[in-house]
Amino acid sequence: MDFAGAYSADNLKFLLDGLYITLIVAFVSIILSFLIGCIIGVIRYSEVRVLSPVMFYLVELIRNLPLLLIIFFIRFALPEVGIKLGLITAAIAALTIFEAAMIAEIVRGGLTSIDKGQIEAARSSGLSNMQTLWHIVLPQGLRRMVPPLVSQFISLLKDTSLAVVISLPELMHNANIVIGHSYSYAIPTLALVAVIYFVVNYLLSLLSRRLEHRTV
Amino acid sequence: MKMSRSFKMAGALLIAAMLVVSGCGNNKENNTAGGNASGGAATDSKAIAKIKERGKLLVGVKYDTRLFGLKDPATGKVDGFDVDISKAIAKKILGDENAIELKEVTSKTRIPMLNNGEIDMVVATMTITEERKKEVDFSDVYFQAGQSLLVKKGSPITGLESVTKDTKILGSKGATSIKNIKEKVPGVTVLEFDNYQDAFSALKAGQGDALTTDDAILYGMASQDPGFEVVGKPFTDEPYGIAVQKGNTDVVQAINDTLAELKSNGEYDAIYTKWIGKAPAQ
Amino acid sequence: MDFSILTNYFGLYMEGFYGTLLSSVLALIGSFLIGAVIAVFRIRGLRWFGAVYVEFIRNIPLLLVVYIFYYGPSALGFTLDGFKAGTIGLAVYTSAFIAEAIRAGILAVPKGQMEASRSSGLSYIQTMLHIILPQAIKLVIPPLGNQFINLIKNSSVLTLVAGLDLMYFADGISTETYRTFDTYIFVAVFYLVLTLPLSYGVRVWERRLQRKY
Repeated sequence: MDFAGAYSADNLKFLLDGLYITLIVAFVSIILSFLIGCIIGVIRYSEVRVLSPVMFYLVELIRNLPLLLIIFFIRFALPEVGIKLGLITAAIAALTIFEAAMIAEIVRGGLTSIDKGQIEAARSSGLSNMQTLWHIVLPQGLRRMVPPLVSQFISLLKDTSLAVVISLPELMHNANIVIGHSYSYAIPTLALVAVIYFVVNYLLSLLSRRLEHRTV
Repeated sequence: MKMSRSFKMAGALLIAAMLVVSGCGNNKENNTAGGNASGGAATDSKAIAKIKERGKLLVGVKYDTRLFGLKDPATGKVDGFDVDISKAIAKKILGDENAIELKEVTSKTRIPMLNNGEIDMVVATMTITEERKKEVDFSDVYFQAGQSLLVKKGSPITGLESVTKDTKILGSKGATSIKNIKEKVPGVTVLEFDNYQDAFSALKAGQGDALTTDDAILYGMASQDPGFEVVGKPFTDEPYGIAVQKGNTDVVQAINDTLAELKSNGEYDAIYTKWIGKAPAQ
Repeated sequence: MDFSILTNYFGLYMEGFYGTLLSSVLALIGSFLIGAVIAVFRIRGLRWFGAVYVEFIRNIPLLLVVYIFYYGPSALGFTLDGFKAGTIGLAVYTSAFIAEAIRAGILAVPKGQMEASRSSGLSYIQTMLHIILPQAIKLVIPPLGNQFINLIKNSSVLTLVAGLDLMYFADGISTETYRTFDTYIFVAVFYLVLTLPLSYGVRVWERRLQRKY
């Protein structure tokens, strides 16, 4: 074990380069999957004919497949049928599709948990279905969704590490390269990478706790 | 009010996402543009023209293979024999050895990435085989390797003859060496990794008895860690070729011209000696 | 679709399927045992330890946990192969989530029951084992089911340490056939065979619970 060698300035900078890619990919995927997840969740909740059942099967399909498979499939199998995505785009697309399916379920669950009495009250006071959804159900539901959503975002950030399978130069990939240079760096590097992930994710969860206190 | 705040938050997220999406859209356009360029070339064999139009040669090389293509964390640069050969080809086609963009490939991903049109060629310790010729076109041989074994110093394995069914062999997914060793020693346990770097890390972690691939790659590993050595004589011929998409005959021609030129003006020997440490056998 | 890939390589697919299933089942048992202990720690006794364990594990990627068990032991003079390191890593990682699910289940059992059985002479451990945990388990089954589904999906990381699972053998098949799309569609089907019935079961159980309460 060679801590000093593993934590040389060059290696640290290289790991931070990887962290940068991890954060960018995670950030973009979080936003996209949140938007798509919300849309699908609302569609599932509002029981639109045809569309809602289709979304149900789609979400079920994706939720029941390994993300590693989805990442690899989008990057290396889809091109065989003419859908070609670059490295970063493929990683973002895979993470977005997978996490959006997870988020759709969270959103649907959050909306369903809103007291039916409120909806009836809003409807009888003259609001339309859409208005009720927008002004009554969604704001309350969103607040309830904050904790599960944040743990989903943390999952997403961790899951970016699976993109090693398509050689995305993110944190874990770069850690492997450092370890490849000298095996005595293995444990020190893995330990450091664990701390980096922990700090980033822990900050994210602290942020969410503050958010909860403010909004509830 | 509480409600308005969460709406503001949602609005801010929406705007941010829109910015991001538009950014992604641009990326995608670039990618497909690159893809179409070489994809279309596969049929009309004007791939060279497309490369010239782009002004940049896209080459798939390994990032984890010492002596051939290795990314150095200190500089962020990828260096090796394969990289130098790629630069010479870029110089030939585009007149500038730096008009090149390297992309990381592994034994597993190099053919898919080539056929997706993400790269113009694969210069990545790739053995020419009859099976691969059905998928891609190859240049002339640019390096002659042979499969061998890397073991921890003092290992009871001294060559292919001491590999038995109970030996645990490590290798890289998609490499010819996996197939070869299974043919030479039927029933042998082979563990395959995504790339050579992971396989070597596994060997160091004691996960196997020997790592098998081409001797040149193994010598690179042994030079990195003196605790390991290459044992026995090479037991296969592994002629490396540069792979291009099927039908890109003009690119193959340009590569072959470059290789011939390098060999006649002595540059090939210089590159070879620089990385392998001795002059190539005649 | 080229079904000859499925028939020609059926043996390899099944070997991988078996590896995935075995690893998931072993990791489920392991993670349940560790998770139950940690959950009890979090409620009474070594609270700080339970909290640190859960918080730390939940905030680092599974792949990293698996790498630690794969590369780490050599520093201590022994090795765990890809399958073992992967399965142990999976168990440790999932145990943090299961601990939280069990803790929530235990806390959902009314406090009065603990007090009542303690005052009738049962020890804390006896009360936990005979009174609280059996009730908590019923509530915990849906989240446990979800964790098992996650386990099966997550076991795919075994491929990155040559762990002989479905994804690992699929890589071998696709490099021989040069047909990534078809090869992995069949892989997806194998995963769905495991996960879809479980998802359905979890949903049915959840509905039953909702009706009861």
